[in-house]
Amino acid sequence: MALQAIAFYLMATVTVAAALAVVLARNPVHSVLFLIAAFFSAAGLFVLLGAEFLAMLLVVVYVGAVAVLFLFVVMMLDVDFAALRQGFAQYLPIGGVVAGILTIEMVMVATIIATKGAASRVTGPQASLPDVSNAETIGRVLYTDYVYFFQAAGLVLLVAMIGAIVLTLRHKPGVKRQNIARQTARGPKSGMTIVDIQPGAGEGE
Amino acid sequence: MFLTDLSLAYPEVILGVAALVLVVWGAFQGKSTAVFNGAAILALIVAAVVALTGPHGRAFHGGLIADAMSGFSKAFIYGFSAVAILLSDRWMARRGEAKFELAILVVLAALGMGVMVSAGDLISLYMGIELHSLALYVLAAFRRDDGKGSEAGLKYFVLGALSSGLLLYGASLIYGFAGSTQFPAIAEAVRNGADGGVLFGLVFLICGIAFKVSAAPFHMWTPDVYEGAPTPVVGFFAAAPKLAAMVLLARVLTEAFGTAVHQWQQVIVIIALLSIFVGAFAGLAQRNLKRLWAYSSIANIGYALLGLAAGGEAGTQSMLLFMILYMVDVTGFFACLCALERYGRPMETLDDMAGLVKERPGLALAITAFSLSALGLPPFAGFWAKFYVFKAAIGGGLIWPTVLGLLGSVVAAVYYLRLLRKMWFDAAPGPTDVPPLTARWIALICALFSFPVVLPALHWLEGLAQAAAAALA
Repeated sequence: MALQAIAFYLMATVTVAAALAVVLARNPVHSVLFLIAAFFSAAGLFVLLGAEFLAMLLVVVYVGAVAVLFLFVVMMLDVDFAALRQGFAQYLPIGGVVAGILTIEMVMVATIIATKGAASRVTGPQASLPDVSNAETIGRVLYTDYVYFFQAAGLVLLVAMIGAIVLTLRHKPGVKRQNIARQTARGPKSGMTIVDIQPGAGEGE
Repeated sequence: MFLTDLSLAYPEVILGVAALVLVVWGAFQGKSTAVFNGAAILALIVAAVVALTGPHGRAFHGGLIADAMSGFSKAFIYGFSAVAILLSDRWMARRGEAKFELAILVVLAALGMGVMVSAGDLISLYMGIELHSLALYVLAAFRRDDGKGSEAGLKYFVLGALSSGLLLYGASLIYGFAGSTQFPAIAEAVRNGADGGVLFGLVFLICGIAFKVSAAPFHMWTPDVYEGAPTPVVGFFAAAPKLAAMVLLARVLTEAFGTAVHQWQQVIVIIALLSIFVGAFAGLAQRNLKRLWAYSSIANIGYALLGLAAGGEAGTQSMLLFMILYMVDVTGFFACLCALERYGRPMETLDDMAGLVKERPGLALAITAFSLSALGLPPFAGFWAKFYVFKAAIGGGLIWPTVLGLLGSVVAAVYYLRLLRKMWFDAAPGPTDVPPLTARWIALICALFSFPVVLPALHWLEGLAQAAAAALA
């Protein structure tokens, strides 16, 4: 129990500290790296909860794909982050007050939910069936009970794909494309012409 | 078991299959999109008929509800989506920007709205919202080489993502309190009234949905998006998605939080009154007609929310009637805007409309009908819409909000009348181009509905809306 508590507080502290550093770091590349650190420690928290599949997903999807993409974008875009930060000190007092009020409210709400709601009746992480892994538990419901939501999520991704193509694909004129049917149908008759040139008439020009 | 579940979801299945077939077809078809768009419209109409006549019940563990409410809303949502495709077909073709993806995106957006209106679970609620919003973001930026269009798409996207975050945070709090994402289970958990945490979650959920219907104080994206997006797409934005989000809100509030009516009623009333006044006063300063009607739509959503706040069957019924009548008006108005061009440039400002009555008497009369209707003058459709809302609000004991709402509609009357004065009494700066047939016909049909047809149609609509509202309670 004590080991678990130590692990929890360690990872929770790292998560919060890394998240703060994301916002406060001067260099945007450092921000993304701190974000990756926050994702890793959040994944650790998931493992503590017994949700190892979600922890792996977090690492694979968020660290492996999303954060790396962020890093690419940050490095490739020529954004003047110093200019974006102008007025930071000016808005700090009012921003701090709003953030403070929000934090207090969120802590209060979370406490109420945890002590009075359904969450308070949960005793701890437990498998729905013994000897069934996380991934299998999710797999059992994902394509049966949750098939409707699963298909809807698929359609959301389809919309995202169509949208990305509509907004970015440009058909440039003059681009030579490979036409395999034409290539293979090409024979001596269509690929070769015999030109009768008069002697001394010259070629071209 | 699965097949019976599936039979309740036939409208969704039809639209989903249609979208997939259209994607493949679109990749192989030529330049003209007329036949292609016709097929998309046909799919929407078939889905609407199936939604109206299909069986009722709950499917997929409560994720999908098919009842009179969902059938009624889906029929109108699919219908107005079909009109949007019809309008945009010629409009885009005239600009040489016709692309087959527009129809597919509208079909997918309609599918998402259908998921919203039959959501019985917080997950399907979110899935529906995300599916239709994502399609709308792309539609807003559809003219990607247009600076204002890209701005509209990006603004809509960034603020929409923020509102999705609010909505998800609220949903997570509700789930934490109730221990389930299904509406009946949530209703069971808040049986003795909602307190502290769950109310906080509900407020966040309402904020997220209020953003989608562009109710104040979550309206700031609306004027910019309406101004930048292509005109027929704006006509689509102002109609079907708003109905879907309002029906979704009604369903969440009555099915999941029916016992906490006194807690959410005050939130909805405040949002409604803010919307009415922001829409009325900010509209006064607008010269661009698309921005003007953006503020008009904010004010009108305020009235619909006021009807919803009245609670009970009468409140939901008045909200539905208001939305249907308003949707016809706004679609007709944007059909007129699609039709009007001068020297190949769209006429979008107040000054462009000067002297329109001599140039295009038919369209000017139609715009007059829509403006008077939106103003709430009897016997136009807008009057009956407001009549039902105010009746329900007074019946629900909301006397003061009703009085304030009436005041707001008097303020808003100024900008509608200013538009009419420009059209009827000022001199025209030049001749207008010949308007395309489809836009003219749609404008004519909507205008005819707005005045004489609405009177007999109301008898029939009233019964339908009442049956739909009864399904919720």
